[in-house]
Parts: sequence; structure tokens; C-alpha cells
Amino acid sequence: MPDVLKPRDARDVENAVVWALAEGKRLDVVGQGSKRLLGRPSQTDLTLDLSALSGVTLYEPEELVLSARAGTPIAEIEKLVADKGQELAFEPLDYGPMLGLPSGRGTIGGVLAANLAGPRRIKAGAARDHFLGFSAVSGRGETFKSGGRVVKNVTGYDLCKLLAGSFGTLAVMTDVTIKTLPRAESEVSVMVLGLDDRQACVAMAEAMGSSCEVSGAAHLPAHLVMHFEGLKAQGQAATVLRLEGVGPSIAHRKSVLAAMMKRHGQVETLDETASRRLWRDIRDAAPFGHGLEADRALWRLSVPPARGFELGEMVSTGAQMFYDWAGGLIWIGMPQAEDAGALQLRDAVAILGGHATLIRAPAAMRAAVDVFEPQDNGVAALTKRVKESFDPRGILNPGRMWAGV
Amino acid sequence: MSVRMPPADKAVLSRREEIVRALRAIVPGEGVISGDIEMRPYESDGLTAYRQLPMVVVLPSTTQQVSEVLRYCHQNRIKVVPRGAGTSLSGGALPLEDGVLLGMGKFSRIREIDYANRVVVAEPGVTNLGVSKAVEDDGFYYAPDPSSQIACTIGGNIAENSGGVHCLKYGMTTNNVLGCELVLMTGEILRIGGKHLDAGGYDLLGIITGSEGLLGVVTEITVRILKKPETARALLVGFPTSEDAGECVGRIIGAGIIPGGMEMMDKPAIHAVEEFVHAGYPLDVEALLIVELDGGKAEVDHLIERVEAIARACRASTLRISNNEEERLLFWAGRKAAFPAVGRISPDYYCMDGTIPRAQLPLVLARMREMSKKYDLQVANVFHAGDGNLHPLILYDANNPGELERAEAFGSDVLRLCVEVGGVLTGEHGVGVEKRDLMPAMFSEIDLNQQQRLKCAFDSEGLLNPGKVFPQLHRCAELGRMHVRAGKVAFPDIPRF
Repeated sequence: MPDVLKPRDARDVENAVVWALAEGKRLDVVGQGSKRLLGRPSQTDLTLDLSALSGVTLYEPEELVLSARAGTPIAEIEKLVADKGQELAFEPLDYGPMLGLPSGRGTIGGVLAANLAGPRRIKAGAARDHFLGFSAVSGRGETFKSGGRVVKNVTGYDLCKLLAGSFGTLAVMTDVTIKTLPRAESEVSVMVLGLDDRQACVAMAEAMGSSCEVSGAAHLPAHLVMHFEGLKAQGQAATVLRLEGVGPSIAHRKSVLAAMMKRHGQVETLDETASRRLWRDIRDAAPFGHGLEADRALWRLSVPPARGFELGEMVSTGAQMFYDWAGGLIWIGMPQAEDAGALQLRDAVAILGGHATLIRAPAAMRAAVDVFEPQDNGVAALTKRVKESFDPRGILNPGRMWAGV
Repeated sequence: MSVRMPPADKAVLSRREEIVRALRAIVPGEGVISGDIEMRPYESDGLTAYRQLPMVVVLPSTTQQVSEVLRYCHQNRIKVVPRGAGTSLSGGALPLEDGVLLGMGKFSRIREIDYANRVVVAEPGVTNLGVSKAVEDDGFYYAPDPSSQIACTIGGNIAENSGGVHCLKYGMTTNNVLGCELVLMTGEILRIGGKHLDAGGYDLLGIITGSEGLLGVVTEITVRILKKPETARALLVGFPTSEDAGECVGRIIGAGIIPGGMEMMDKPAIHAVEEFVHAGYPLDVEALLIVELDGGKAEVDHLIERVEAIARACRASTLRISNNEEERLLFWAGRKAAFPAVGRISPDYYCMDGTIPRAQLPLVLARMREMSKKYDLQVANVFHAGDGNLHPLILYDANNPGELERAEAFGSDVLRLCVEVGGVLTGEHGVGVEKRDLMPAMFSEIDLNQQQRLKCAFDSEGLLNPGKVFPQLHRCAELGRMHVRAGKVAFPDIPRF
């Protein structure tokens, strides 16, 4: 019995889902499979491989809009827009290396389904904020669309938001439209050395609350700092603030920000090349990629930024962590434990607010521990009803996010 | 009223006195209004062509009261229409004869200002401007700025996913909200999001934002605030043709510049506002562009020069640059007064809100001029040029028999044209009752049914704001039915491995 269906076009996708419904088959929906290790292991009968649905169908740089088939490689899209001086402003991270896979893989559909974002999330938003429209096949086997190709649109419910981050559990996207934006002409980073986690969160909050338009704010504690590109010889913690824009503007903001940060600690600056390299590593959580610390369970937490440092005080010694999003995003590698550290982290999140996602752990662990943040009863019930409104028989990535969803 | 609303439930209307009594038991004192004269202020919203007295008005002041009112209405199958300040331009808060109008005006407190996390926690009845005012002394502001910001509420902004002139650069409401407390029609109270970024599961907040009051009632909202830019300067540029102005907009963005605001007006709009405001707008141009650049002083000065060069290359016939705050505000004064200015030259006007791919602007303007002749009604255009959101103002006189109907038909043609050229029915005003029956121009029955199934997940009896957004209402049980084509589907002819 073959176990992979590879549709050639959107009509094939609809036929495949209709067939699966009739036969009672559950589908594992994948693009290139680059994020397949993320989430709960689903119980499925067949793989629905969308990688043949590939190609950019519309790109109008002056209208800031791009449409593509869902299986188009993200690398192809990033190159195309870069050639026109544009980018995907949400700076999608690359899960490859930290999941033990090659870098540079994945499709635009996967980027949206996982609602990826990078360091610029604090200024430019996540994939959800740049997702303008789609066509998809629901778990009912019906092709439907939402949104459009214009950036300003409130016609009907904003289903793009719902599909972003739904990990293929609601519908199979076949065609998507996203917003593109001009790429900054240049960038530099201002770096404050030697701060502890608490001091760093205070310094980052001050920088974010200034009019310097900081587009990245990360704190790399001393125990991890040497794993970041360009900081191998750095013996002390580095708090890094990124500035992007046109030359004269960056020069001005750099001097204002450096003067402001002086009272926190020793200030250094990174030029464009060094800054780009470092932020790529921050985006992809480099200390946890490339086989480094691969035996640790890796978590990604989103918390109120000013309280990020408190997490460090709550978890057991031996945890390895660094902060992005001005303290609001925490990558943390937990020492080996029966529950991958879930209890500790979820207790901490209950106090701080936010959510914790288990990014990397063996399949058995991901089956035993909640990968996505457990929800309150009311929200959990609503989530289930939302799932059923799109996929009543539970044939699309069942259980990938939560059991029964 | 030319729009059909769901038929009134006679059984509910016959129990009106009992219902009012029950609601008074939940919201005591002046929180329940049932007299026709006292309810008059609630009979319409910003879309004043539509009027309807509600069955009763309830003004709760706590989440608990909202929850109890909704639970009571759910148990007794009574429809509910939520309302903020009533500034909707699409009839989103139009009452129902057999419905409770739930006014959220008493939720007017700011609960928390948190500079370290750069958020404000507000009750839904706080005005949009009220959020910015609360933090302005510390140099912060809330970015989305709909032109009704002095009156419209942050709760209404959630319902409509409001935009404003700065949303090309700073996003709409949905890009600036982090969390909310939501009461479902059953009375169940949910907390979604908080001070952190992104949902940990389905993006329910993203669905609630822009849902036009059909999914739940928001009782608390957490929004992001931003530090005010160091400075802002504007260019006021006149063009001999709208094509030239459109090309200029495209080339500014093509050059990698995202202005804080970029607004266009056509000749009728320019003349109307200049007579009203005397902002010094040139009268001999076909299109006028205001381009505002904000940020650090060095950046703004640099970009002003680049935009000036682009504008001149696009055959600008007049060009002024603001040199101080007074001049900048004067440039804006005309644009901001565009609606009242048009109101001054015409007894009534009908404001439309389509979005188009920007490159289609010359075509759309030309087609609109033809329609203007056909319907014998004048039209003035203001345009959020950066994001393609077009606001044609159709001038009419409701006292002339048939003119309102002609204006509405003209408006519908304009919106169909927006969809035809690749755009959408509404960019920021919402569907409401106004554009409800045009939804099939953009969506298939399958599309609309899927949206209504989502509504069923939140409101299984369809009691919250029915008659808005969807042209045809279906019962949830009917929508949920599946027609599995078992046996009829051949093994799909799809490559397998």
C-alpha cells in the first residue's frame, strides 16, 4: 500500500481529501517535511505531500505583494524578493539545524502554517501579520478562500490569522498571498557587555521604549555567548540591539542608543556584516543547532518581555537559555528529565503569562508531554469546536497540536 | 430601509416586559433603557440611512453583568447586538426590533499602563484617542488612528479591525492587539493572549479582531503602544493627472520607502476641502498627494529629499515641504476635514470603502467618472494611496425622491468594480449590513458557509449580531452536515509513492 499522495495541483488536493474522507483515511499534510519533527506525533494513514504545488504565481514589488503555490520553497521566494531589494519582514526562522536537518529547507505553506517569525517580530510582526489571502481545501473536502491580494482588507472573518499557526490541522493550503516589504539598506548593532539577565531586560526595555526604532533586541548570557557567530572569544554576556534603515539614519540612532546604553555597561558596536551574521544565529537559535546540545529538550517560550529574566530564576540550574524579542522570547535547553522539564516551565509560564512550546525532543517524549501549551477548559473547548468547523472528521494532521484536535 | 433583516421573533416580542424585568435584575438602576424616546440615540450608528429601535438597551458595567446578560439571552433565545460608540460606517451596530442592544460605553477605564512591556490594558469603551492620550505625556502613542478616533472605542476597533492613515507602516488593529477578555454568547468568559507575543495555539484573537461583533463581546483589551517618532515632515504634491500621482506612489514604495502616511485626493475632493479649510491646496491639479515621513530627524530629512526627487520625476506640478509642525498640520487639515467638507457642499454623502491593487487606480477613477454620469451623481475621492484603500464619497440629496437609492446603486457598482480589478469590498469600514448583500461578489457559497461554520463554533444559536456580514443565514446543524461522497470517488488519480 503506497503511503504518499503527491498532488500535482489544487484540484488533485481536493480530490485527495474527498477520497480520504470517503475512505476514512487520516492525512499527514507536509510540504518538504522540514518541520515534521515539530509537534505531537500524529497518527495518520497517508502523507499528503504538497511539494509539487510549487511556483510563484504573482510578484509585484511596487504593490508589496506575492502569491505562490503553497509548496513553493521558501528559499526560492526569499531569493526572488531579495533580487528586488525586498524581504519577508517577519524574518522566518529556520528550524532545520536545531531539528538536526539541513538548513534552508521548507515551503511558504509551512512557514505560514507554523506562523514563523524571527527577531524582527517585535517591530514587524510574525507570518500572521503578512498573510493576505489563501485558497485551501478544508477537512470537508471543499475548496474555499479568504482574504485577497491587497494589504488592507476587512471583508469577512480574517481566516488567514486562524490558518497561520494551525499546523495544517484545519485546512490544506494550496495557494497563498503574502505581503513583501523593502529590505533595509543597512544595519548595525549596539552591544552592551557583562549584564546579568535582569539588567539586560531593563536595558532592552529602555531601548525598545526609545525612539531609536530597535528592530532586534537579544540577550546572550555568558554560558552560551561563545556559540554565536563572531562572539566565540566573547567571555561575558552580550546584550545586542539591532538598528536597520538608511545610512544617515542608522548613524544617528546608533550614537543616541550607544549614549543611552552606556550607563548599563561597556558598549561596543557591530558593523553590517557582523551584525547580519549574528542576527541570523539568533534567529535560528544557533547554540541549539548543528548538533550542539542535541540531547537537550529544546523549548521556545513567549512571555511578557520585561519579566523574561524571572524565568531564569525559576528553572533548575543546568538549563541553557538565551533571550530574543527584548526578553519576551526565550530559547531554553533543559537538562535531561523525565518530562523534558515541562512541569517546571509550565509552572513558570503560569506565573509570568505566555506559553511554552516543546520544539525538540524524541517522539516518545513529544507524545507523552504537551508540546503546545495546555489550554484552559473554555479555550480548549472552543479550539476543538473551531477544529471541527473546518475538519469535522479529524482527518488533517490529527493530534499534531493537541490530542483530539 | 432597503436591507432585509432577520424576521422578528414574535414570541420574544410578546415577552418584552418580562425580559426587561429580568435584565433589570442583572443590571440595576439606569443600566436598562426601555422607553422609545430614551432609546432613540441608539437607533442607528454612523450609517444613518438605516434606523431601527431595539427591543431594549442594556448598559452593563462589569464583565459579570455582560456574562449574565448574554447567558440569559442565550437561554431565552434572544438576539443581542453589541455597540461601542456607534461610529460604524457599515451599520455593524444597527439594532434589531427583537434584540437587546448591548452598549459597552460604561467600560471606560484604562486598567493598566505598563511601559516596561509597552502595553496598555483598557476596557472596550475607552476611545481610540483616549489610549494615546493616556500615554502621550511619556512620549508614547497607540498607532492605529481611524479618522473617528476622537469618538470611536477600542472595543469597536477590535470588532472592525480599524485602520487609519498610518496603517501602511504601523499596521491595523489586528497587528497591534495582544490580548483580550471575551464573553461568549453562552456567558462563558475566556482570556485570550496577554502581554506576550503570538498565541500558543489557534490565533483566536486574530479571528475575533474584525469579526464585527458576531463572535463574542470583548470586555478587556491589551494593546501595544509605541514611542512617538522623533519627528515627522510632510510633502504636499500636486499632479496634472491621477496617473502621474499613482506612478509617484508606486515609485516611492519601489524605492524602498514606506511613508508613515500617504494620502491622495482627486480634484472634486481638493476643491471641497480647500473651500472649507483654506489649507492652501492647489486648485489647478487633478490629484494631490500628501506624503508624511516619520522617524529620526536625520532619516526624515534624507527621505524627504528622495521623495521630492521622485515626485519631480513624476511630473509634479506643485510641491511644498513642511518646515515646521504648524505647516505639517496644515497640510493634513484639509485631508482630515475631507468628509465634513464634502458634507458642506452636498446635503448628504455616501462614503464607500473598497480596496484595489494600487496600479488599477487610473482605471477605477475613469470607470467611476462614467458611473457618475450614468447615475447623475457627483463623486469625490479620497484614497489611502499607500495601501490602495479608496473612499469615494457619493454626493446626493435624500430629500430628492430616488436619490438615496441611486447613490446606493452607484456605491454597489463601485464595490463590484473594486472586486473585479482584484480588490475587496471593504478595507476598514466593515461589511455590516451595508455590504452584506454584496458578499457573493467576492465569495462563493462554500467560502461563506465555511465562515459561518466558524461563527457556529463561537455562537451555536446565531444570536449574536445576526443579519450582519452574511447575506443568508443558515442554522448551524444544517451547515455542519457532511455529504461524504463515499463510493462515488474513484481512487484518486494522483501520483503515489
